[in-house]
Amino acid sequence: MQKNILEYLEKTAVRVPDKIAFSTGKESMTFREVQTQSRAIGSHLASMGLYGESVLIFMDKHPRTVTAFWGVIYAGCFYVCLDEKMPRARIDSIIDSVKPRAVIADKKNYKAAEALSLEFTLLYDDISAGDEDADALASIRCRQCDTDPIYVVFTSGSTGVPKGVVACHRSVIDYTESLTDALGFDENTVFANQTPLYFDAPLKELMPTLKMGATTYFVPRMLFSFPVRLVEYLDTYKINTVCWVVSALVQISSLGALEAHTPKYLTTVAFGSEVFPRKQYDLWRAALPNARFFNLYGPTEATGMSCYWRADRELEADEPIPVGRPFDNTDIILLDAENKRAEQGAEGEICIRGTCVTMGYYNNYERTDEAFVQNPLNSAYREIIYRTGDIGKYNSYGELVFVSRKDNQIKHMGHRIELGEIESAAMKREDVARAVCLYNKDKKEIALFYVGEPDEKQMLTELAQALPRYMLPSYVEKMKALPLTDNGKIDRRTLIERTNRKENT
Amino acid sequence: MEKVIEILSELHPDVDFATADGLIDDGVLDSLDIVSLVAEIDTEFGVTVPAEEIIPENFNSAEAIFAMITRLDEE
Repeated sequence: MQKNILEYLEKTAVRVPDKIAFSTGKESMTFREVQTQSRAIGSHLASMGLYGESVLIFMDKHPRTVTAFWGVIYAGCFYVCLDEKMPRARIDSIIDSVKPRAVIADKKNYKAAEALSLEFTLLYDDISAGDEDADALASIRCRQCDTDPIYVVFTSGSTGVPKGVVACHRSVIDYTESLTDALGFDENTVFANQTPLYFDAPLKELMPTLKMGATTYFVPRMLFSFPVRLVEYLDTYKINTVCWVVSALVQISSLGALEAHTPKYLTTVAFGSEVFPRKQYDLWRAALPNARFFNLYGPTEATGMSCYWRADRELEADEPIPVGRPFDNTDIILLDAENKRAEQGAEGEICIRGTCVTMGYYNNYERTDEAFVQNPLNSAYREIIYRTGDIGKYNSYGELVFVSRKDNQIKHMGHRIELGEIESAAMKREDVARAVCLYNKDKKEIALFYVGEPDEKQMLTELAQALPRYMLPSYVEKMKALPLTDNGKIDRRTLIERTNRKENT
Repeated sequence: MEKVIEILSELHPDVDFATADGLIDDGVLDSLDIVSLVAEIDTEFGVTVPAEEIIPENFNSAEAIFAMITRLDEE
C-alpha cells in the first residue's frame, strides 16, 4: 500500500530518469535531478534535527521550488510556500500560525528570507548539492504514517485572517489517483501551470507529473498579459493540457486572440474555481472543437478538487456549466437548512465526505470545528464531513450544479435574491464580457460591476426590463477590468470596498 | 504622448512614466493594467488594439505605447 506521495517520484525516477519533469521553458529538471536534489535537501534538514514541523519555502516559481517541497517531505516535515508578492503582514500572520524554524530560499529571495529572522535561513543551492543520507531518509520513512501532513496552504479567509489548511499524504494520494483517472492524464501529458505554488491548485499538475512521468511547464506570469505570446508559448512546448482558473482563459478569449491563434496541441482544457461566463466558454469550445473540456469544482479543505464535469453534451442557452459528479472515493451530500438530506432536485449546502477531507485549519480549532463537522446523517460513530458553504442542486441529468455561495443568497427588502441571477441578466448583452454582483451587508445595497460597452445608465435601464424592481442594483459601476486576486480569481473584497468608498447612482 | 503618460500615471501614480522603460520587463505593468490600457486607448484615441499588437515590446514604455497608437491610427 502506498503511504507516501514520494513513492510516485521514486518509481518514476527509475522508469524515466532523464525525462524532463518540470521546466520554465528556459530551465528544466529531469526526474533524476528532482529526486537527487530533493533527497539531498531532506538529508540536510534531517541532519539539522528538523522533523514533523513546518519549513517555509521562499522561492520564485521554478523546478527547484517544487524540488524543495519534496525535499521538505523527505525530511518528514511539511512545507508552507511564500511568494515575493505577498504583503509582509500576510507572511507575518503565516509565521505566527505555523511557527517555523527554517526557511529555504533561492538567491533572489534570500535577503527577504533572512529578514524573517527565523532560526535557520537556508540557500537552496547549498542544501541541494550535498550528499544524501540514505539511512536517515529510510528511517524517517519508516516512522511516518500516511496521516502525516505534507503541506499547509493558507486561504484568504473572509475575515481577512488567513486559515492554514493541513493536508496529509493519504488525501493527496487519493486526489492524485482519482484526478488522474477521471481526466485521463498519462506520461504523454504536457501541462502548462498557471496557478501559484502557494495554493493547492498546482497539485493538479505536480502530482500527476510525479505519478505518470508527465511534464509540467511553469508559464512565466508575465505571459498572461499577452495572449498571443501565451499561445505561442503553449505551441513551442507542445502543451496539450491546461488546468487554469477561468480568468486566465477569459484573458485569451476576450482579447480576441483565439480565432487567429488557436493553441495547436491543446487537447484537454480543465477550468475551475470560478463560474465560466457562457459566451467565453462557447468561444473556447468553438476554437477547439476536438478538445476535452472539464469543469472542476472543490475547496482546498477537501484537497484540491472534489467534482468534475466533462463537457460531452451541448448546454441550453441559459444553462450553467454543471460541476458534475464527485471524484471516485468522494461523496457529496446536500444538506438543507435543518441538516437533513435535501429533497430530490432541491437546493442544499454542498458537504463533502471521504478521505479527501483534510485535517482542518492549523492551530485553529475554533474555525476547524465550524466547518469540519460530524455528519448529521450519522449518529452512530465519528464521521467528519466538510461543509463548503456552497449551495448546490442536482439537475435533470443527475449532475451536481453549483448555485451560489451561501453568502451570495441574500435577503434584501424581504426577498430572497440570488446575486448570480443579476449577473446573468447583465451578461445577456453580447457586449458585456463579465459581470459581478455583490451585496454590501452594512449598507444593505446590491452592487454590480461589469466590463463591457454600455454605460451605467443603459445597463440599469436594461436590467429594469429583465428583473423585478427589488433585484435592481443600487450601485452600478462599469470597469475596464475586474480586479483579480493572486490566484487570478475576481477580487470580491476589493470590489466591496469600492462600494463603501463611493456614493453611486 | 502626454495623454499616454496621463493614462499610465492614473494606474501607477508613483512611477515617472516620462523616463521609465522596461515597464513589462521590470514588472511595473501587470495583466490587469494591460487590459485597462487597451480599453483606455480605445476610449481616448479611438484606436482598437488587435490581439496581435498586445505584445511586451509595444508596452514597455510610454514612448512605445504612443508609437503603437500612432501607427495603428494611420493604418
